[in-house]
Amino acid sequence: MEAIFLAFVLMLSIFLGFELISKVPATLHTPLMSGANAISGITLVGALGSAGAGLDAWATWLGALAVIFATINVVGGYMVTNRMLSMFKKKDSGSGGKA
Amino acid sequence: MSAAFINATYILSAALFIFGLKQLSSPATAVRGNLISAVAMFIAVLVTLLSREILEYQWIVAAMVVGGIVGAVAAQKVEMTGMPEMVALFNGSGGIASLFVGWAALYNTGNTTFTIITVLLSVLIGGMTFSGSIIAWGKLSEVMTSSAIVFGAQRIVNAALLAVLVICGVLFAMDPSLTSPYFYAVIVLSLIFGVMAVIPVGGADMPVVISLLNSYSGLAAAAAGFAINNIILIVAGSLVGAAGIILTNIMCKAMNRSLANVLFSGFGAVKTATKVEGEVKPIVADDAYLILEAAASVTFVPGYGMAVAQAQHVVRELGELLEANGAEVTYAIHPVAGRMPGHMNVLLAEANVPYDQLVEMDDINPRISNVDVAVVIGANDVVNPAAREDENSPIYGMPIINVDQARTVFVLKRSMASGFSGVDNPLFFGENTRMLFGDAKESLSSVVAEFKN
Repeated sequence: MEAIFLAFVLMLSIFLGFELISKVPATLHTPLMSGANAISGITLVGALGSAGAGLDAWATWLGALAVIFATINVVGGYMVTNRMLSMFKKKDSGSGGKA
Repeated sequence: MSAAFINATYILSAALFIFGLKQLSSPATAVRGNLISAVAMFIAVLVTLLSREILEYQWIVAAMVVGGIVGAVAAQKVEMTGMPEMVALFNGSGGIASLFVGWAALYNTGNTTFTIITVLLSVLIGGMTFSGSIIAWGKLSEVMTSSAIVFGAQRIVNAALLAVLVICGVLFAMDPSLTSPYFYAVIVLSLIFGVMAVIPVGGADMPVVISLLNSYSGLAAAAAGFAINNIILIVAGSLVGAAGIILTNIMCKAMNRSLANVLFSGFGAVKTATKVEGEVKPIVADDAYLILEAAASVTFVPGYGMAVAQAQHVVRELGELLEANGAEVTYAIHPVAGRMPGHMNVLLAEANVPYDQLVEMDDINPRISNVDVAVVIGANDVVNPAAREDENSPIYGMPIINVDQARTVFVLKRSMASGFSGVDNPLFFGENTRMLFGDAKESLSSVVAEFKN
């Protein structure tokens, strides 16, 4: 039953994702992609469980490696998206950002 | 903290992810959207850290510090032109993390066969995402050749690889011991499969691959979520998976090709396009200046060549001078211009071009005949009229920006070499086309200098 319940969540989230993303204008495709990429770093939550649950030593190692890579994904992804998005400006809103 | 409380907090976190993604769909709210999504991530990580299941913190803290520093430094240092490579690497890192999470889940007690299958899926998708992303990075940064690598028995090899992978997976699922050689075989084969999936894709098709890998990194996280029974991984992972699929689809449509065609066929293998002949009309910067000075509307059409020449800043400078001169200036961007979706938009945004001047292909085409001068900078296939007229052309049917219908077209180009697809471009021989040969940045700088005199 648990598996069915999770599959339901999967199905609904995929449809929701389609709805959310199909309206994004082409201008924002790159930041959207890197922003979505940062979200895929959610696997960090799973990695924390593996690294800290006091399992077998090898499992802890795997978890720690997963934490490193997932954190790179999360921190790097959000920061680079923020950097890109702050460059998008409307006309006459003053200059700034990276010249 | 109890599991019930943690799961309740995950609901909040999921709602914030959704809200953040929604706000990412408009340039005015996108910065906030990204921050909301980051807050969602922070909340999810925080409650997980406070969970009763986590007994030791030393590894976690060390790993998070290392990962955080690497990610932050990379995000700060990367040049905007290097963004496709960066996104590829971040994708790869998410993929390998999901592979490790799935692997570690084998050490949990009481795994059902269903769990074992989801572990295998997270290893497969995560591994493919990782090795595929590394290859994509190699192609984009030109560490390796960016053209398609195809060989005769490629499909047979891939099919065999997949078959062996499935067999190993089944054998492991029947007897899931921690030391099973089949499990290691699945890991290795997944990595090889990722490599095989990306090598036959050429440089100009990279926007499709990058969005597809983006989708995979989300699906890998969702699979890992099934493996460890964690609902927030499933929700966030599948949102990303869906986002990547949509982008992939948009990119394929913009090239009028099916996903299968992009992934398996190695573009440019057959070239039977009608040979175009004619005379090109070169122009020098002085004359280009005179024409631009008299123009009432100018449209820039950038392509990957603009990124290579780092010409975005001088383009913006020329654009501002033209506006000061009374011309209406727009930047028309083809969906697959550059090496990833939206690549040109980011480069122009970096050069301080306001986003309301960036127009999409479908907006510019109906009014292109009223444009006095269309300036094509380092774009080729996306403005090739053969896509519209020559049924024999390999790019026939691909929607293009119809610059040949503008009153005058300037094409900035290094030499007469054909574009990535190796297709001749009749645009260069057009009645109203003037070729401005040389480095795009230098050519434009000379025009800018003329304006300032």
